[in-house]
Amino acid sequence: MTRDEITTGLAEILEEVAGVNPDDVAEGKSFTDDLDVDSLSMVEVVVAAEEKFGVKIPDNEVQNLKTVGDAVSYIEAQS
Amino acid sequence: MSRPDVVVTGLGATTPLGGDVASTWDAMLAGRSGVSALTQEWAEQLPVRIAAQLAVEPSEVLDRVRLRRLDRSEAIALVAAQQAWADAGLAGSGLDGERLAVSVGSGIGGATTLLAQDDILEASGPRRVSPHTIPMLMPNGPAAWVGLELGAKAGVHSVASACATGAEAIALGLDIIRAGRADVVVAGGTEAVIHALPIAGFSSMRAMSTRNDEPERASRPWDTGRDGFVLGEGAGILVLERADHAAARGARVYARLAGAGITSDAYDIVQPHAEGEGAIRAIARAIADADVAKRDIVHVNAHATSTPVGDMLEIGALHKALGDHPVLAATKSMTGHLLGAAGALESIATILAIRDGVVPPTINLDDPEPGLTLEVAAHKARHMEIPAALNNAFGFGGHNVALVFARP
Repeated sequence: MTRDEITTGLAEILEEVAGVNPDDVAEGKSFTDDLDVDSLSMVEVVVAAEEKFGVKIPDNEVQNLKTVGDAVSYIEAQS
Repeated sequence: MSRPDVVVTGLGATTPLGGDVASTWDAMLAGRSGVSALTQEWAEQLPVRIAAQLAVEPSEVLDRVRLRRLDRSEAIALVAAQQAWADAGLAGSGLDGERLAVSVGSGIGGATTLLAQDDILEASGPRRVSPHTIPMLMPNGPAAWVGLELGAKAGVHSVASACATGAEAIALGLDIIRAGRADVVVAGGTEAVIHALPIAGFSSMRAMSTRNDEPERASRPWDTGRDGFVLGEGAGILVLERADHAAARGARVYARLAGAGITSDAYDIVQPHAEGEGAIRAIARAIADADVAKRDIVHVNAHATSTPVGDMLEIGALHKALGDHPVLAATKSMTGHLLGAAGALESIATILAIRDGVVPPTINLDDPEPGLTLEVAAHKARHMEIPAALNNAFGFGGHNVALVFARP
């Protein structure tokens, strides 16, 4: 799966869970500061991402995923 | 120190009869029933397959992402509160949040969230349970969301007294303003538990009507053919305001919330006191608190749920506490029983009855109980001058609340 494909997949999850416009989702964007994803919604995003990409994202890893790019890199490395 | 008058300056509701106050009131005056058959698959095996479901789904008002985080009872409380806030002319008014409180309760709370998330827990495990579960099911959730929406910083309160909740929340709002803790209180009740488990539970108590073949005729307070209440869902919200505060901003005033009486039976967890002793005291206290002459209270929106015992006990209580002159309405004959929202919705009906000089009809009263010694506007609305009116609400647990509203 390419980084673009993972980004697109995350954008779909972000739209479903938090109403984020897919056009706003890019690797450099911060989940909290740029995309306005609150902590509870971030939990939903993580669980949905685990399901979509077939990976495990432990809770202690989530705090390191500040940007969409961080998440893409993590998912890319795991899958 | 003299006690401040408290007035009602805004109303909001979403009910089985309409998505707002105006459509609900129109339907009430026309004597329309909001009860229908439950056609959902989950209802097939239930002994009770009728309910008064919302006329307008919250998804028609609130956006999808917002609704993901709200229990249905929270969503409709927000819908009704937004209406009441705008109706009071307070939207965008810059009211000081530290002078604004919220008092909104629910009888049962986020039960459908609890049940849906339990299904997910059983089927998919704990990690799939929504992180929004707790704020969705907590009993203070509706009040908290309303407080957040309106910026209330003088306290957010969530009364829980079963089917007396909506009325007690309004009584608490009156106390808050009288005590000087806020100038404006957004008060009312919300309930949304039309689901197999609550229905099965009430049904096992033999409290619900099983007139499944005639949904519109099932809720029939004081009629000899009544066989229990019909579950309804909805929310009713009032904006209560210190009278001089309302006058200073030139607000339109619907009515004065003149007084409240709250008592408890200390008798049985679900049965009302056999002589209606607690109800009589609540009504008497409300009248004394209101400083309104009994003869001016010419209309009562009764609790009257269509249960065999409760309906007639209330008649006895009204007789003793008020006399034989008021004209009664049981609007639950049309809306079903909104449990924790009932006292709020019926307060709205009481207020509009005063404003418009009309007692709403009580439908399905085809064969009145011989003991129904007070007048009821059966089938058709009755136009008359209403200087003041009473609203009763009683709840499992022995809660009795009576509210007196009067012309401003």
